[in-house]
Amino acid sequence: MKGMDLKQMHFGKDLLGIKQLNAEQIQYILNIASGMKVLINSPNKKSPHLQGKTIITLFYENSTRTRMSFELAAKYMSGTAANISVSSSSVAKGETLVDTGKTIDMLGTDVIIMRHSCAGAPKLLADNVNASVLNAGDGMNEHPTQALLDAYTIYEKKGSFRGLKVAIAGDIYHSRVARSNIYALTKLGASVHLAAPRTLIPPRIEETGAVIASSLQEALEGADVVMGLRIQKERQKSALFPDIREYARFYGIDRERLAIAGDDVLLMHPGPVNRGTELTSNIIDGESSVINEQVQNGLAVRMALLYIYTRGGRYEDVD
Amino acid sequence: MKTLIKGGRLVDPSNGVDGIFDILVVDGKISKLAADLSAADRTIDASGKYVFPGLVDMHCHLREPGYEYKEDIESGTKAAAAGGFTAVACMPNTIPVVDNDAVVKYIVDKAKAVGTVKVYPIGCMTKGQEGSQLAEMGFMKEAGAVAVSDDGRPVENTDVMRKAMEYSSDFGLLVISHCEDMKLASGGSMNEGFLSTSLGLKGIPAAAEEIQVARDVILSEYTGVPVHIAHISTEGSARIIREAKKRGVKVTCETCPHYFSLTENAVEGFNTNAKVNPPLRTEGDRQAIIKAIKDGTIDAIATDHAPHHRDEKNVEFQYAANGISGFETAFSAAYTYLVEPGHIDLGKLIKLMSIEPAGLLGKYPGGLEEGAAADITIADLETETTVRSADFLSKGKNTPFEGIKLKGSIFLTMVDGEIRFQGGR
Repeated sequence: MKGMDLKQMHFGKDLLGIKQLNAEQIQYILNIASGMKVLINSPNKKSPHLQGKTIITLFYENSTRTRMSFELAAKYMSGTAANISVSSSSVAKGETLVDTGKTIDMLGTDVIIMRHSCAGAPKLLADNVNASVLNAGDGMNEHPTQALLDAYTIYEKKGSFRGLKVAIAGDIYHSRVARSNIYALTKLGASVHLAAPRTLIPPRIEETGAVIASSLQEALEGADVVMGLRIQKERQKSALFPDIREYARFYGIDRERLAIAGDDVLLMHPGPVNRGTELTSNIIDGESSVINEQVQNGLAVRMALLYIYTRGGRYEDVD
Repeated sequence: MKTLIKGGRLVDPSNGVDGIFDILVVDGKISKLAADLSAADRTIDASGKYVFPGLVDMHCHLREPGYEYKEDIESGTKAAAAGGFTAVACMPNTIPVVDNDAVVKYIVDKAKAVGTVKVYPIGCMTKGQEGSQLAEMGFMKEAGAVAVSDDGRPVENTDVMRKAMEYSSDFGLLVISHCEDMKLASGGSMNEGFLSTSLGLKGIPAAAEEIQVARDVILSEYTGVPVHIAHISTEGSARIIREAKKRGVKVTCETCPHYFSLTENAVEGFNTNAKVNPPLRTEGDRQAIIKAIKDGTIDAIATDHAPHHRDEKNVEFQYAANGISGFETAFSAAYTYLVEPGHIDLGKLIKLMSIEPAGLLGKYPGGLEEGAAADITIADLETETTVRSADFLSKGKNTPFEGIKLKGSIFLTMVDGEIRFQGGR
């Protein structure tokens, strides 16, 4: 960051994914987030940065933590936050996404936080509204705020990304978190290794720059960061793996396997965790785990993003 | 009524015609074909233009009955005429589906009443397009059906497919097979590859098409019944069909302009107008389709004209309808991507878009020959136009060619001696 001309930083109207960001922009967001983290830990959690700004969360998929994280981020910065519950709104009556978006726009909304089961839905919304759209997860495409909070967590603990080996294990096929993390971490100079049964690896994912490990062992060896991903039990119905028992035996991470990585490894997980499936309880609660810190870092990163995107995606000096 | 088409360059490979001649049309038929004709009620100046047998589309969706908000026989045939087509064969996935003679008759009668080009209905292979019981192919043939197909809902049960092929052959109805392993393709909305991974969309692998192509080729070889494979899009499909043809299997196939002019990259940015089934494939597939057109593996170019309402495209990519409104770009796209770069000559293109598909449907009107029906298309091959869907006569404005410059435009379309479209708008 030092020596960088911050006045040149421009993020655009929307944050649709990590794909659109470069390393400098990511680093900039992380730096703002570190200031926000100080605020979160101060006795009086209130800043005026979003005064007069309205933030709407529009979630087409269930979520507790991401939605709550965004709402509190807005409130800690004195913004007006409201949420639209899709199941009880006009959406349930068959309103199109574009029509819903235009309605929200006309209510004087500055930022729409959106989660949707369809890849590309935030782009469709962004193309049709004046408000800024922040993607809070779209199908199997991207979950940029999760990747940014993960990057923040790694940066805080390791001080740099260059030369780091990051292992991601779990259902990578269906994971927007994995994709956004691959984009972010490879841009920042880390090397990302993927471990999963072949059925849970997306086609030609190696063209992103990530490495498909030949075994879990290989992915874990010398890893500085190990990231577990949630395994949904329902996936066994579509023949992706036999059952949770077999998955946990061959691909789950326990204390012994984590030890392959080395002493100062960080254990991460985007949550919610299936204890005993992708990770065992003793490591979730163990000394390598930063899973709880990730939650607080998520709040800091989302405050940073709201700060940036309520200023038209342009840098201004923090007062 | 005597009409004279004067001074055009006539191209008809089926009759070995290539040169500047005049055509005299009398009472809907070509009466004379010679240099320097005169004496007519009206004269069409075709100098500097190309005159060829009317284009025939063997695979389109006119959407009537049932989906008139997307397209109807009137608007669809107007668009077809604007695209240079003098006859089109429409797929049976309407509401109700075309699985009995009453619906066939409805389409035939409606086309006679409001249509501007000839309309040949294609009936279902199975009742309700459900893939279990045979549709009444005999009755449908009597009412005017030219082929059978469960387009869009391929017959999964191989035993039913075999029987549909054998039974249809008794009535001389061509079986047109939309090849897709529905389980392998399930949930997919674009080609499977790096781009689908990058966009986070579930992909449809090329194998989903090729497995079904292979099955139908094997069935055709075993039963001896001809089969026509609809809209092939992959290198593997072309290879399977090429090898089968070499062995003497009675398999024919078509492709569509979008498979040799565009790739999956058109989907980038979640462009729903590039969402089509089978999906746009890779550059390697595009090249392989061109090669298969050149070497005769591919018999015909069809539009798969699939008009949709804008509300069905202005939605999340996964929810968007599959299909491209293709009548009004087909000839220009084929000319631009096949003839202009020198892959094939104009004569071959006319074979692919007129003579071959008409022959496959048993509806070849005779080409540019004295005594043949005057189904004639005149094109201006010099002008370059930018595709503007707002100008389409089709109700469906869903085109991935929007804003793209294409060479070669339709100047005039004549059906049975009547001018059904005249360009220069």
